[in-house]
Amino acid sequence: MSSYSYSTHLLRGALSSSSIESASAPIVRIGSGLVSDSDQAEILARVRNGDHHAFAQLYSIHKKHVYSLCFRIAGSVEEAEDLTQEAFLQIHRKIHTFRAESALSTWIHRLTVNVVLMHLRKKGLQLNSLDEMMDPASDHRTGRIFGARDLALSGAIDRLTLQRAIDDLPAGYRLIFVLHDVEGFDHNEIAGLLDCSVGNSKSQLHKARLKLRRFLLNHSQREDQDEAIRQ
Amino acid sequence: MKQFANNPRCEEFHSQLADIIGSGEMIANHPHLQSCELCRALLADLNVIAQAARQLFPVQDPPIALWGNIESAIARQDALDRR
Repeated sequence: MSSYSYSTHLLRGALSSSSIESASAPIVRIGSGLVSDSDQAEILARVRNGDHHAFAQLYSIHKKHVYSLCFRIAGSVEEAEDLTQEAFLQIHRKIHTFRAESALSTWIHRLTVNVVLMHLRKKGLQLNSLDEMMDPASDHRTGRIFGARDLALSGAIDRLTLQRAIDDLPAGYRLIFVLHDVEGFDHNEIAGLLDCSVGNSKSQLHKARLKLRRFLLNHSQREDQDEAIRQ
Repeated sequence: MKQFANNPRCEEFHSQLADIIGSGEMIANHPHLQSCELCRALLADLNVIAQAARQLFPVQDPPIALWGNIESAIARQDALDRR
């Protein structure tokens, strides 16, 4: 299977709008700030009646979380802006389909994840690393990963270095790592979103973590060497 | 430098690791970890990385101008829908 077709296959399940409503175990991560539930319900009712000012209020409540979510998954400011815009356009278009079976914030969260995943699918080739992950002959064999160094990372990881390590991950690894370890989706949910097996999700997350560890250990080793040279 | 890959017990443990971690089992009780310092260190690192990553991404506001773009796009969409 080619890189493109594999990626397309993997992301296909994220693209149906039904998955927004049907996904199980919703995780409410988009907070409502100081807006009470009853106020939100009133805003929602007004939005559904076409009240433009109410939609501006809804945007104001959820913009920070939608934008941050887009940024975390997509990994760039430019894409996060475009995706936030697309997410709110879809919210505006589909708000009448929200059936209040889950919190509005959960629905928005799911819709946003789907917008980002659809975008990643369109990018296609950016996700060709998924094939690399599945290739047993690639350099992700355990021997190379685990034998890198016999020292553990220090407890405190430098934020900047970790950010670089995550940015350095192949797109597919990064996607599953962020969905699971940052966004809190479980493997069943990820498998549903990405139309892959639960085992695949587990395996890829594990490899992503190992790759991050290797990056961080190498970085730490280089710092030690630099320090030794300075002394 | 020690090589995990040369230890068949480590190899076996590593081959099961993704499944064990994903299953929610109490991995700390795994028999191999009781005797293998390297694998314990590996697991500790993976936990540190996961925890650090969760705190890595700040919640931030989009640019102010973005709302204007969204408003314009909605207006265009509404105009198309009215035709």
